[in-house]
Amino acid sequence: MKLKTSLFGNVYSFRDVKDVLAKANEEKSGDVLAGIAAQNTVERVAAKVVLADMTLENLRKNPVVPYEIDDVTRADQDALDIEVFQKIKSLTVGEFREFLLSADEADIAAIRPGLTAEMIAGVAKLMSNMDLVCASAKMHVTATCNTTIGRAGTLSARLQPNHATDNISGIMASLMEGLSYGVGDAVIGLNPAVDSIGSVAAVLTEFKNFMNKWKIPTQNCVLSHVTTQMKILEKNAAPMDLMFQSLAGSEIASRAFGINVKLMDEAYAMMKERKSSLGPNFMYFETGQGSELSSDGHHGADQLVMEARCYAFAKRYNPFLVNTVVGFIGPEYLYDGRQMIRAGLEDHFMGKLTGLSMGVDVCYTNHMKADQNDLENLAMMLTLADCNYIMGIPGGDDVMLMYQTTSYHDAAALRKIGHKKTIAEFDQRMEELGIFKNGQLTEKAGDPSIFMV
Amino acid sequence: MEEFVRDISLPEIKEKVLVDKPVSMENCQRLKKTTNARICVGRAGERFKTETLLKFRADHAIAMDTVWSYVDEKIVDRLGFYKIQTMVKDKEEYIRRPDLGRIFAPETMQAIKKDCIQQPDVQIIAADGLSAYAINANLEDIYSIMLDGFVEKGYSVGTPIFVKYSRVATMDKISEALGAKVTIQFIGERPGLATGESMSVYMAYEASSQKPESQRTVVSNIYKDGIPSVEAGAQIVYLTEVLMREKKSGVELKI
Repeated sequence: MKLKTSLFGNVYSFRDVKDVLAKANEEKSGDVLAGIAAQNTVERVAAKVVLADMTLENLRKNPVVPYEIDDVTRADQDALDIEVFQKIKSLTVGEFREFLLSADEADIAAIRPGLTAEMIAGVAKLMSNMDLVCASAKMHVTATCNTTIGRAGTLSARLQPNHATDNISGIMASLMEGLSYGVGDAVIGLNPAVDSIGSVAAVLTEFKNFMNKWKIPTQNCVLSHVTTQMKILEKNAAPMDLMFQSLAGSEIASRAFGINVKLMDEAYAMMKERKSSLGPNFMYFETGQGSELSSDGHHGADQLVMEARCYAFAKRYNPFLVNTVVGFIGPEYLYDGRQMIRAGLEDHFMGKLTGLSMGVDVCYTNHMKADQNDLENLAMMLTLADCNYIMGIPGGDDVMLMYQTTSYHDAAALRKIGHKKTIAEFDQRMEELGIFKNGQLTEKAGDPSIFMV
Repeated sequence: MEEFVRDISLPEIKEKVLVDKPVSMENCQRLKKTTNARICVGRAGERFKTETLLKFRADHAIAMDTVWSYVDEKIVDRLGFYKIQTMVKDKEEYIRRPDLGRIFAPETMQAIKKDCIQQPDVQIIAADGLSAYAINANLEDIYSIMLDGFVEKGYSVGTPIFVKYSRVATMDKISEALGAKVTIQFIGERPGLATGESMSVYMAYEASSQKPESQRTVVSNIYKDGIPSVEAGAQIVYLTEVLMREKKSGVELKI
């Protein structure tokens, strides 16, 4: 394996695979913070050149966190399909990029079981933004809970009716507003302000009652800690269609979230037994570049490869939904709109290549150098990339988590300009309720009081 | 030419129902009273109405400015807080280098040990975090209520400490230096749109940098339209009792 190249008369050499991966990354403030980024632009390109010449086998044999000390590495390596891997292992990362851009959907799906996180992150580093969109747009990953998400021609949305104090009437007001825009086919999912069994169970029950009363074909979820949801299942305290947890890309970083692979295995088994939903996909995960560094669990690796490892962790549980919360973590990891847009496209691509039903929380915080125009740019690009789902929130303003994400209006606008529809059963119900006509908003749409009869 | 264009930052602008021809205007108004989320805003095709868009832009502008403001030190002086600073030099470095906002210089650590009460039952810390306005708006009320509560319960309270350019993890360092049982940190949250005054409280039993972040019990959204500081103060006194009794905190504690 070669770790050296020269460009314009200068020699660039790298310590190991992890160093090449880090320096080949597009510029991110988080990699600078970690002290592992390329020193300058030419060094970044030199690392890409070296990476392009490595084989997929080189990447498989050099996970950024050793197998012996990390349960996420073990989950990824143990899941590898050796037969498929044998067929692709001698491809260089550069050749792999060309394969992904020229192959058809079925050929890409066929090699998926032979990939590890480091291969997926590696090839993402060689792709331009439009490369990422082109490759993503031909990967369709469907998953089925009560309904089926991810079919070509759809763009779904999570209805996120967050409230500063989890007041049920306030939550339901945002829910009604969202449904009146045709938002909520991916999930009706609340981020709770209070992570208590009683409050989470009450919200889950209220969502389910509303779904039943108005015959809305979707799934309910409250994004509390997985241990809270397990307690609810144990006590049969509420119907739960989807179980949620935030994931990280290493065992140490997972510990900061209060989880590990063993706990998630138990949670998954319990949910399989006790869920209220119909289909085989009933888990929902969120991730985001930078969380490993923030908990000192990055092992000197860059935030893109750590993010890819989250997806390897996620795929163990055949999730219905996975989304990166791309601009939530802050400017020390993704400094501005440019870095946020890049990361959103990378994460979506990597999730799809991993085989996940991938969405993106297109978002930014007020301490980032980003604004609404950056958010809208990324949302439009992801629509072109056939992203499975985005978020939908009143006026783009999350009054609980204190960040901005895509609005109910954005979801409707993206469906229109991208010629997309919501999930078929949901779409049909919206037509019956008079909110859609031929998939478009009617005059009646945007009025939450239609649900107060 | 003396007339003003209407001020879109006024609260009544947000209370207006902008839906064209709703089934029930009365019901829309009722819904709006239940949340400060931006509902009943109507639409121009699939996009916001102009007033909604401009209101959003104004609220983002003030939130961005909040990040770069400073805690009014007259308040912490009046309450008798002991003032220290992390390794961060200025705001720009604070934004880019959270690692430096979690640690103190050795001489600062020594000063804390020398000047502050050792082994208190309860150690209170105020930290600027990402919103100085949050501390300015909430600290005084919540602090006096909690102090009364702790005195009533018979807990010993340590020297209150104010940390400039601080991240959450400074509470672990201070707890370790002073050997506190329960450490309570007020910190300014990253501001939301037009809600730069929201404060969080992090609590931990025997807080330590050796323990994971999940050691912390959190009460967030403390501001006038979220959990009012008076109510939050009472909640924290109650939680402190639970932490003292159970001798644990965070995810280990299911309440």
